[in-house]
Amino acid sequence: MSALLQISGLEAQYGLTKVLHGVDCRVEEGGITTILGANGAGKTTLLRAVCGMVKTSGSILYAGQRIDGKATEDIVRLGIGHVPEGRGTFVALTVEENLRLGAYTRKEKNKVAQDYERVHRYFPVLLQRRQQQAGTLSGGEQQMLAIARALMLGPKLLLLDEPSFGLAPIVVLEIFEIMRTVNQEEGVSMLVVEQNASLALNLADHAYVLETGRIVLDGPAEEIRGDDAVRRSYIGY
Amino acid sequence: MESFLQQVVSGLATGGIYAALALALVMIYHSTNHLNFAQGEMAMFSTYISWSLINAGVPYWIAFFATLVIAFAGGVVIERLIIRWVEDAPVLTVVIVFIGLLMIFNSVAGWIYSYDIKVFPSPFPDQPIQIGTLYLGPHDVGAIAVTLIVLAILFLFFRYTSLGLAMRAAAENPESSRLVGIRVGRMLGMGWGLAALIGAVAGMMVAPIVFLDPNMMAGILIYAFAGAMFGGISSPGGAVFGGFFLGVTENLAGSYIPFIGNELKLSVALVIIVVVLLVRPSGIFGKVTVSRV
Repeated sequence: MSALLQISGLEAQYGLTKVLHGVDCRVEEGGITTILGANGAGKTTLLRAVCGMVKTSGSILYAGQRIDGKATEDIVRLGIGHVPEGRGTFVALTVEENLRLGAYTRKEKNKVAQDYERVHRYFPVLLQRRQQQAGTLSGGEQQMLAIARALMLGPKLLLLDEPSFGLAPIVVLEIFEIMRTVNQEEGVSMLVVEQNASLALNLADHAYVLETGRIVLDGPAEEIRGDDAVRRSYIGY
Repeated sequence: MESFLQQVVSGLATGGIYAALALALVMIYHSTNHLNFAQGEMAMFSTYISWSLINAGVPYWIAFFATLVIAFAGGVVIERLIIRWVEDAPVLTVVIVFIGLLMIFNSVAGWIYSYDIKVFPSPFPDQPIQIGTLYLGPHDVGAIAVTLIVLAILFLFFRYTSLGLAMRAAAENPESSRLVGIRVGRMLGMGWGLAALIGAVAGMMVAPIVFLDPNMMAGILIYAFAGAMFGGISSPGGAVFGGFFLGVTENLAGSYIPFIGNELKLSVALVIIVVVLLVRPSGIFGKVTVSRV
């Protein structure tokens, strides 16, 4: 396997506060990598850095190409879909408009139409809610919409920022099951940031543990799951 | 009754102009949360450009559309060259920039064209339109039609084109817009361009009524503010309604309430602004925004 995303020596700061201190991590082609860590560890910043939304130093290689320093709009065009913290849906627009916006950069009408049907297969509820304002959806439906919108880009890499946040357990299971299907059937690679460690470790093949801006542990997901310190700190038994 | 209807129609004609300018204000407010005080002067300046073209012998409608193109380009240039640098600046900074633009446009227009009042042609025939016993001013009817056509085109543009959708998205949530690949800066520029274009339409439609001079839009901008506040500064449809409503109200008040007459007409607008701000600050159709802290 080769790396689709390779991050080396990544540093990021907001104003004078440094948030990431030389982070190295990678996502394999077709793989799912998860970043575990507590609040404020820098998980969200890491995802935002990949998308060019924070100032960084260090290098970010995507499909063999340097993407650090590029504008967010250009990074997105390379096939990186980002499901941001807080979902980032356009609440005043309809569900359908949100999905159309997901495919904003794509020219091939046929493929977009196929993807439109595809995301509705994954999330049938979005078809029922087609004309509804996104802001009127439930939290779970909004998260589905956010993922569906990112899929409308036809991404090679999906960045997911706490997809389980604030959702009922049953909805979380459903969403994670769909993420697994998307990964297995379409080969979309994923970088998933999660606080729910057991869930994330079930899904991912590789995991990193981020603590106050530094990677303190990394390895295959199963190995990390077996790690006593991780189990105590992040899984909780 | 007839004279009442005539007053309503001529109120709708000026109301349409307020509506157009109110919409231009709302468009910029929507994406930046700032009220562009220079919107009226930009419209005035565009009107002078079309006056120059017409005076140089260009047929009216060619001059009209050429002016729209120039106004659009001018709006984009102003946003990209000036406004983008103060996008995140404190409100007062932005206000000063807007007032600066207002004064620059005003004095440059006076410098180039002098402060002499000029006659601006109407593209519509002189013959009054007769419906039964009702006589309607052709320019009134034409101005209403032009305004409604422009509003309808804008509505279709924002509702059904992907560029229009992207502009709405960029106004609502710039960060998420970037994440789907929308070039937000360009959309803001386009928003300014469109607002300037709408303003140009308003200027060219009102100039035959109020005559062309560098200060012609001062009062109209206040009506446009009032219309936007009345309908709701967050609601394009509300602002348009507010503009029309105000045009009719001011005209009827001027004709039927003896002490108001022509002199106090402008005060009607100000009274409406104050009352709306007191009773329903978000306007009739506006959304009440609650911000979490």
